[in-house]
Amino acid sequence: MRRIISVLMENEPGALSRVIGLFAQRNYNIETLTVAPTEDSTLSRLTLSTLAGDEQVEQITKQLNKLIEVVKLVDLTEGEHIERELMLIKLKATGAQRAEVKRTSDIFRGQVVDVTQSTYTIQLTGTTEKLDAFLRAFPESSVMEVVRSGVSGLSRGEKVLTP
Amino acid sequence: MEKLSGADMLIRALQDEGVDHVFGYPGGAVLHIYDAVFRQNRIQHVLVRHEQAATHMADGYARSTGRPGVVLVTSGPGATNAITGIATAYMDSIPMVVISGQVQSHLIGTDSFQETDMVGVSRPIVKHSYLVRTASEIPETIKKAFYIATSGRPGPVVVDIPKDVTDPTNLFDYSYPETVTMRSYSPATRGHTGQIKKAIKSLAKCERPMIYAGGGVVQGDASSQLIELTRLLGFPITNTLMGLGAFPGTDKQFLGMLGMHGTFEANNAMHHSDLVFAIGARFDDRITNTVSKFCPYAEIIHLDIDPTSISKTVNADVPIVGPVDTVLDEMISLLEPEVAKRSEKQQQMLKEWWEQIEGWRKQDCLAVIRDESEDIIKPQEAVQAVYKATGGKAYVTSDVGQHQMFAAQYYPFDEPRKWINSGGLGTMGFGLPAAMGVQVAFPDEQVVCITGEGSIQMNIQELSTCSQYGLPIKIINVNNQSLGMVKQWQDMQYEGRHSHSYMDSLPDFVKLVESYGHVGFKIESRDDLEPVLVEAMAIKNKLVFVDIMVDPSEHVYPMLIAPNGSLRDMWLSKGVRT
Ligand SMILES: Cc1ncc(C[n+]2csc(CCOP(=O)(O)OP(=O)(O)O)c2C)c(N)n1
Ligand SMILES: [Mg+2]
Repeated sequence: MRRIISVLMENEPGALSRVIGLFAQRNYNIETLTVAPTEDSTLSRLTLSTLAGDEQVEQITKQLNKLIEVVKLVDLTEGEHIERELMLIKLKATGAQRAEVKRTSDIFRGQVVDVTQSTYTIQLTGTTEKLDAFLRAFPESSVMEVVRSGVSGLSRGEKVLTP
Repeated sequence: MEKLSGADMLIRALQDEGVDHVFGYPGGAVLHIYDAVFRQNRIQHVLVRHEQAATHMADGYARSTGRPGVVLVTSGPGATNAITGIATAYMDSIPMVVISGQVQSHLIGTDSFQETDMVGVSRPIVKHSYLVRTASEIPETIKKAFYIATSGRPGPVVVDIPKDVTDPTNLFDYSYPETVTMRSYSPATRGHTGQIKKAIKSLAKCERPMIYAGGGVVQGDASSQLIELTRLLGFPITNTLMGLGAFPGTDKQFLGMLGMHGTFEANNAMHHSDLVFAIGARFDDRITNTVSKFCPYAEIIHLDIDPTSISKTVNADVPIVGPVDTVLDEMISLLEPEVAKRSEKQQQMLKEWWEQIEGWRKQDCLAVIRDESEDIIKPQEAVQAVYKATGGKAYVTSDVGQHQMFAAQYYPFDEPRKWINSGGLGTMGFGLPAAMGVQVAFPDEQVVCITGEGSIQMNIQELSTCSQYGLPIKIINVNNQSLGMVKQWQDMQYEGRHSHSYMDSLPDFVKLVESYGHVGFKIESRDDLEPVLVEAMAIKNKLVFVDIMVDPSEHVYPMLIAPNGSLRDMWLSKGVRT
């Protein structure tokens, strides 16, 4: 099952390598990973998505918690949550394709962020499934380049992850 | 405020931390630090002959005293040589602080001379690590390093210090913090009351209980609580290889070690039990055999300081995270009334369980099988003779192999911290330097290293360190002229094809140790075994090396049958299985 684990950790050099090292060392998989400082610059917030069963995710969260620099973490997929991913996609767009690309982008509420005579670059945010669906809407031959941020997320409602 | 250089600050911080010994080896990146070592006399530095030995010495010091061992090595090869010892300490949860020199800050990342990314290389085998950026960080970093190494589940911490940070010409304000608080690190200080109550209920109603205690009891200084609890309950108890001595090895309630080379009675009692109380143990693969067949009838209570150990391989029905000593104290007071009101039926069930266990005990699985007409020494008899010659009171370190298992089986330990071996990593070369660390900590105690002719050669250069510091260790070389444990597996699984398990070209150990100024004995006949060992043990102020020629064909039994075996599936002797 896909899990989204959100980790609050000390914004210190080496902290990220410990998290990644843990996953490599223990043979856990990382699907996506995103990390940046929070409003408190001494803390970083790292979000990772992984494919893991119940038992494995329990080990993953325990092992992450054991890292000295990890302050707190939450498995967002355990409760109601919001998740978003950002994608930039560069598409071939010439002739009749141009209108088609624009129309599909509108349907998905994408934004055209760069235009040339032969390309459109579209920015799209949403859940991973939505981004996947958008990609599938174009023939492979017209997709020139894709970059995705990986999943970020928060719990719904009052629940927050603070130190 | 006092002004000190980074190098002086480091040494002062170690002094303020109460460090009395540092095990190390100098080099370019730590020259400023070594100069600071030279200009003081509160900390004794022990100069080893190889950095791996420094880490094992610090490890032996830590295991025997309970205080963290401290290591000082230079960058690059000094640091990488320390890696095996750090990994050894990590696997057995031993508190250790390793200070490694690093190249100057501005050279980091340029592949400069003797540069190794020590924080990176050691990352998977440390509890934590620091790269010190400026000298002013030194006091707090050292305080944190010791706090992390010694609290919660202990482990090694690396502090990597670039040479410029210890520059003697740059002075900084020095004060050593009394305490540290870290928002991201707070090990459990007590157990969860609800979980403890659940455990009490189960312990009060079980019929075929087993207490399974590991190294966590030794490291957590909870031996007296374990003894009190076990006596109160009247339950049978087994110890892991790492837990030996946590409960007295000569006590009636003790069934011996469990697992791979555990006793027939301990493994059978585990298998048939209806309740296993695991204390400071981690269900390692050398314990469980096939996990799906492990203790099929048992409810499992698991007490450990480290949450990641719980339900990692074997699911715990009642998990308790907390320090072993405080949780056991709490449990003892809650159990007293429960035991007092035990029903007749329960008492009867427990009595029957003990009868069943006594039946298994009758198997006498550790009886030494030998042909009385031959004058060949069995390795088991060598260990038994060492037990006799030391009155069972020595600190015993071991290396890795058959001799290690024989030591664990035939030298019962009645006290914790007396049995010192590399259980988790299984590091050959551990025994001698570990014994040196113990002897440094306890100069007047009898320290014995039970080793093999394979293992001893992995750190034999330390015989020189022993001369320098006058460490009167007794080295018992159980010499089977082979990598016995490897050979045993080849006998059992590769139709006796002894691929590279034969130790050819052995030195004359007696001459070798004599050249370092030590005393050497060689024993080849059974009649010499006891008298020569008694003579060796009586030499108080010298290192004595006793080379005992033993039967090279001997195997360690019992031995669990893998793959797919349970804990009751064992080889009992060559060709005889359950
Ligand atoms: C550093 C290291 N290398 C290899 C091994 C694998 N190994 C385990 S036991 C053993 C043989 C040890 O031989 P010896 O010290 O003579 O002990 P014996 O088994 O003969 O008693 C070997 C090679 C190990 N444990 N550690
Ligand atoms: Mg040998």
